[in-house]
This record gives sequence, C-alpha cells and structure tokens, in this order.
Amino acid sequence: MNNKEFQIVVLAKQVPDTHNVGKDAMKEDGTINRAALPAIFNPDDLKALEMALACKDALKDIMPVKVTIITMGPSRAAEIIRESMFRGADNGFVVSDRRFAGSDTLATSYALSAAVKKLGKIDIVFSGRQAIDGDTAQVGPQVAEKLEIPQITYAEDLLYVAEDEIVIKRRLERGVETVKTGFPVLVTVHGNANDCRPRHAKLLMTNKKACSVSEVLERQQSMEDMEALWAKKPFLKIEEWNADDINPDFERLGLTGSPTKVKSIENVVLTSKENKKINNSESEINELMKELVSAHII
Amino acid sequence: MNFYNDNKSLKFYLSHPVMDKIIKLKERDFVDSDNDMMAPVNVEDAIDNYDKVLEIVGDLAANVLEANAENVDHEGPQVLNNEIVYAKGTQKNHEVLRDAGLYGMSLPRKYKGLNFPYVPYVMAAEIVSRADAGFANIWGLQDCAETIYEFASEEIKEKYLPLINEGMTCSMALTEPDAGSDLQSVRLKASFDDEHNCWRLNGVKRFITNGDADIQLVLARSEEGTTDGRGLSYFLYDRRDNAVTVRRIENKLGIKGSPTAELVFNNAPALIIGERRMGLIKYVMSLMNGARLGVGAQSVGLAEAAYHEALEYAKQREQFGKAIINFPQVYEMLGLMRAKIDATRTLLYETSRFVDLYKAYDSVSKERSLTAEERQDMKYSQRHADMMTPMLKLFASEYANQIAYDCIQVHGGSGFMKEYKCERLYRDARILSIYEGTSQLQVVAAIRFIGNGSYLKRIEEYEAMPLAEELLPLRQRIVKMKENYLKIVEAADKFGTSSETYDFLARRMVEAMGHLIMSHLLLQDVNRSKELDNTEAPEFMNSCKIMIALGESEIAKILTFVENFKEEDLQMYK
Repeated sequence: MNNKEFQIVVLAKQVPDTHNVGKDAMKEDGTINRAALPAIFNPDDLKALEMALACKDALKDIMPVKVTIITMGPSRAAEIIRESMFRGADNGFVVSDRRFAGSDTLATSYALSAAVKKLGKIDIVFSGRQAIDGDTAQVGPQVAEKLEIPQITYAEDLLYVAEDEIVIKRRLERGVETVKTGFPVLVTVHGNANDCRPRHAKLLMTNKKACSVSEVLERQQSMEDMEALWAKKPFLKIEEWNADDINPDFERLGLTGSPTKVKSIENVVLTSKENKKINNSESEINELMKELVSAHII
Repeated sequence: MNFYNDNKSLKFYLSHPVMDKIIKLKERDFVDSDNDMMAPVNVEDAIDNYDKVLEIVGDLAANVLEANAENVDHEGPQVLNNEIVYAKGTQKNHEVLRDAGLYGMSLPRKYKGLNFPYVPYVMAAEIVSRADAGFANIWGLQDCAETIYEFASEEIKEKYLPLINEGMTCSMALTEPDAGSDLQSVRLKASFDDEHNCWRLNGVKRFITNGDADIQLVLARSEEGTTDGRGLSYFLYDRRDNAVTVRRIENKLGIKGSPTAELVFNNAPALIIGERRMGLIKYVMSLMNGARLGVGAQSVGLAEAAYHEALEYAKQREQFGKAIINFPQVYEMLGLMRAKIDATRTLLYETSRFVDLYKAYDSVSKERSLTAEERQDMKYSQRHADMMTPMLKLFASEYANQIAYDCIQVHGGSGFMKEYKCERLYRDARILSIYEGTSQLQVVAAIRFIGNGSYLKRIEEYEAMPLAEELLPLRQRIVKMKENYLKIVEAADKFGTSSETYDFLARRMVEAMGHLIMSHLLLQDVNRSKELDNTEAPEFMNSCKIMIALGESEIAKILTFVENFKEEDLQMYK
C-alpha cells in the first residue's frame, strides 16, 4: 500500500437478515442455517462505511485517501464489497477459509487484526458497533486491542477530521461525549449515526463487474475473459485471502482459537401464556396501572 | 419496496427491439468503452446499466420519496428573505437523488451525465412520479440540460452542464401574467448591456415551477418593437447573480411540494442561448415537447400509485361479508384503471423511442454528417415524436385524472377524508391536463396529423407488423374500429378542415385515433410478451382486450355524434 495515502479500513460483515427469519432459520444442531436466510450488509457496518466515506470526502482535497473493506466470511461476502464500491469505497478483501469456521469473537478479532496488519500503515479502522446475528459488540474493541491502537466506541457523529486528528461524538448510556484523538484509531459506529449514502449511478456502472476468483468459478464464467478484464481494470478484482495469507498463529484461529463453547441451544417459541382483558373503564385501568407499577414495568 | 422491481412492464419496455438501434447510436457504437470506466461495452451491458440504475431509482423512490411525500404536501415550500426554501422532505429528496448521481441522466458523459437514452430516463421520471408527482417536477427540470446541450454555445455547455449532475436545480421561466397558453405575448424585456457585455433582463414571470432554481432558462423579448414570437430569444440566468426577487409563491390545489413562483427580474445579467429570435419558435417548442413527455411520465407514475392504493383498499375492505374487490362494479373500475395505465404506458415508451432516435441522430450529426438513410430515419422519428407527444400528453393526463377519481371512488367515504393518500393523488393529478399545454392545446397540436394522414399511416404500419395467428381476430377488431374512424373524419371533413365546426369536432377525432394507437400498441405488447416466453414478462392480454372494447364503444359513440352534427348546432353551445 501507498504510505502517502491516508488509509481507512472498514470491517464489515455480511449477515443473515434477521428481520426476515423463517421457520428453517436454524438447523437441527442449533446453528444458523445461512442458506435459508437472505444475506445483507450488517446495518451498523453500513453506517461505519458512511463515516469512512465522510472522512474521505473531508480529506480527499488535501491528500489521497483510500477506503478498503475487509470482510470475513464465505466467498459470497464479496457482495458487500461490491455494495461498498457502489457507494464510494475503493476496494476490499474477502478473508475466507474453512479454517476460520467456528470462530467466536476472540478468534474473529484475531483473524481480522491479522488481516488489517497485512495492509501495512493504517490511519483509521471503522466497524459497526455490532452485527445483528451475534449482537456481541465485542469484535471492534478486540481488534483495537490486538492492533494496540486507541478505540472510540459507540460513535454517533463525525464532527471533524483533519490529517492528524479526528473529533467524534459518541453515545453513552445517558448522554453523549465528544472525544478527540490522533491516528491510528479504531472507531465502532452506533446505529444512531448517519445512514449510508445511496449507491451512486456512476460508481455502480464503473464497478458492477467487480468480483473475486471464487465468484468467477461459482458462476462458471470464463476465467480468461475475467483475467483480461482485470488486466485492463485491476480495481475490478476483489482479492481473497485465506488463512495462510494473513500469517497467523494457526492455534488462534477457528474453533481451536475460540474459548467460547456452546453448551446447548434451545429453540424458544414465544407465546403469551396469560391473557387478560382490560375494559375501558377508569377502575380497570387504575388496577392495571397499579399492577404495572408494582411489577416495576413502568 | 422497490418501485422499479415491482413493475415488470418497465423491464419489458427496456428490452424493446428498437432499443438496440437507440443504444448503438447513443453510445456511438461503444467507442468510449475502452477509455471511460463506466461506459458500456455492448447493448446488453448498456441495458444492464439502465436496469441497475433504475433499481436505485426504484429503491429511493419507494423508501425515501414516498415516505416524505405526505409531509412535503402538508409543509410545502416557503419564501424567506426573497428566496424559496423547500419543505424539509423536498430538500432531502433532492439530496438523496443528487448523491445517487441521478441528475443529468441523459447528458453525455463528457458533461458529467450518464448518457442514458430517453427510455430509461423517462422510466426514472415515471418511478419518481409514482412516489411524489410534485417532486417529480423539481427532479424532472433537469430536462433544461437537454435544451442547453442542444442549443447553447460550447462555452455555456462546459460551464453549466457539469453542474447539473452536482445537483444544481433548473427552471424554465416562460409564463407571464398576460402570456400563458399564448407565449407569443411574452413581454419580459432583454436588452444588451454594452458596458458589461451581457444581456440584461427586466420584468415579471408568473407561475414558474421551481422558480428560484440555480439555473433559469428565461424567454424574453430581445427585439424592441416586435409583438409576436419572432421577437423572443432564450436566456440563461445564473441564480448566483442575485438579481431576481421571488415576489410570492402560489398556494395550489395540488403538487404542493413543487414551488410555483412569481419572479421579478431586476436588471438581471443573462447569457443568450443559441441565436436571437429563435427563443420561442425553435428552442421553446423543442423543450416543450420534452416537457410534455415528462408530464406523460408523471401521469403514468401517478396513475400507477393510485391504482395500487385502490387495489390494496379493495382487497382489504369488507362489506356485505366479503372484500369489495369481489363486486362487479368495483372490479370493473380496477380493471379499467389497469388497462388505462398499460395503454398510456405503452404509448409513453413508444413516444420515448421516437424521441430517442431523433435526438440521437441530431447529436450524431454534430460530429459527422449523416448518411441519406440516417437523415431519412431522423426525419421519420422526429415527425413521429411530434405526433405521438400531444397524443400521449392528452391521454395520459386525462386518464391519470380519471384513475385518481376512481381511486377515491373505490375508497368510498374514507377516500374523501384527508387520512388517505388518494386525496393527495387526486389533487396532484389535476394539474397534469393543464400545464405544459392544456388538453385542448394538445388537440390543436394533434389535429394536423389527423388532417395530413400521418397518424393513419402509422396505423397502417401497425397493421402490417407481424402478429401471432391467434391474435389476428383482435387485430381485425381494431381494423373495424379504423373503418368507423374513417367515417368520423369523412363526416368532419365535409364541414371544411378550416371551419369552426371542424375545430369543434377536433377533440373527438383525436380521441378516436388515440384509441386506435393504444389498441395496436397493446396488441404488439401481447405478441412480444408471448414470444419472450418468459414468466417474468407481464401479461397484457386483459388490458388489450379491455382497451379494444373501450375503443370500439368510444369510437361508435363519436361516430354517432359527428354524423348527427350540423353546423348550426354550434350555436347551442354558445
């Protein structure tokens, strides 16, 4: 990578669309049946992408800026790199390997940090606060620890960015806090942050053919044609890294690198056990209010 | 929700066989594909571009514009310190479409446009209108770029055209208090300022849509002492010069988000577009056809919205123990709505294809001379664009009004309440048959093509187009309709084509012809849809049969009226 460039990395994840969960969302063994769920760009990560692109907009007139997406997942996760390119990201890497299977947040953040390190000099790493499939909000902070860089979590608004510092408003439980730091820094972006900009018609037409080698093989397209296209337009190649590419300590990857052990998973069906009909009268409403207050519901 | 993906008809017209020729002309046989990163490499690639970009439009229309539409209607724009401030939702709509690169869609890439043909551009207009017909004006005024591209000097083009893609808004200031339908009476004065070497505009414009736009195209009288259209020239005023005051904005029945302004030009500096004296007779006439095509798209989009609204309501609303959609009088309304939309949409894209062809040839002719064959094709396309445009504007806008009316009818009493969207659609629809030339003026524009037989010739072309065996009986019915049409024209001709009676009967003749055109177009669509043998292709058969049945009865009615009409009957109406 070019050291004179300002380097922004966005960690993004393709997740099952948990808003559209059907009956077959879980497998017998209690793991997610990814094939049955539509895959989407994790919503918080889209907001992280927006903040990254806003930084790029603010800085691009004073220096070259590059926004790179790193995503870990199966090869079809290249889709979210394309989506990002349609919105202004420059390129991305799919980190994909069977040896990552079964990773918990510790192993995931280890692999992601190794991938970020491989890129060389980095100024800002953005990630969404959390992914809608696990909702842990642990991966971003853990990556910062492993990279040994400062972190700003729960970022809600980018207030200022210059070549040597960034000012961010972050969400706290009962208020907001404005913080300033230099680079490098990792920022996790909260769901309250600005929505991501739309796909841009020109970027879409320019980048629509971007794809990875795995995708060419899966679609049974001609590799020769794609090689020719990539030779002409190298930005259209979405690179894939396997475990070897990120020079890891293999012990720390996948199941072996994951101290989290799933003991059991239950299929919980939510049903209302007690129904109570309240008539629209002063006395019955008063009774209900008393009950709710005594149960500390309101 | 996505207003592009949920409408199979749009994809169907995007792949119309004529698109091949249009795209090759528009892309100059893909000469840019090597050096321009976003240029398509072949027809398939270009259509894929249109498809994917329209998907963005459909997404933003359904999820942003549609969501903002109600608030925009309530809040409306206002005048603050002589400037127009859009409703918050309008501003947001504008920004999101700008950020998606959806301004300057038809402009060449050289001027930062997308180099899209009219067909996909008009589709975008239809989709935007379905979400918010009022906002469609603000977005649709990017059409002004087309006028600048066609007629202005290279210097003006290089300065202003790239700004449109960046989101600079446009307006065309034509109407004045005493110059509405009759634009020849325009009085706003343009005089040349020798000292500053620019033109100066002084006077008042009224009813100007998006009047406070960044780039304003102004029709003004540059030739002192003249009183007709030949003394008018066309100017570009740059809002950054701060020489125009917004006196007021109108409080309108509908399209309330779209500001309609009265403007006072105070010695405003301006650049001339093209040649002096050509303002009205050439440039405005040309942009007027574009604007009418835009209203066609707006009408079809609004009608589509009204249809969905009515359909959903009719499925849910239960009376007498069943959903009201099961009652014949209700499903008849819905079936007719669907048919009228399909009929005007196919006319919309037929018109767009002719516009595309002639504009593409015109643009090519600026780079090289056309072959004799191309010149002929250009002339043919231009004539057909000219004759289809008023027919489209007439039918699409009138049908949109009928559909919005029936949309309320399907809702019954609820439809009369402000809580339902149908009342906004009904109000928004009302302007469609008025602005950019009233329905009455469309008849005036169309009647000459009745008189000179141009429409009839096109009908004969439709009759000669290949058609599946099983569809021939339907074509036979349209041929029968044509025989009645000929009787109508014959009866009207007897009064003399320049008589008052002929003018009186003009609308009936034009409407009869409209039914023939729409019936043929739908039949062609049925035919192509069958050939495609694709489950994704829309089903036009019901709409085609409904429109033929409607056309037959309408034409029979017109024939009775015209044959019974006597010259002295005119007196009854006076």
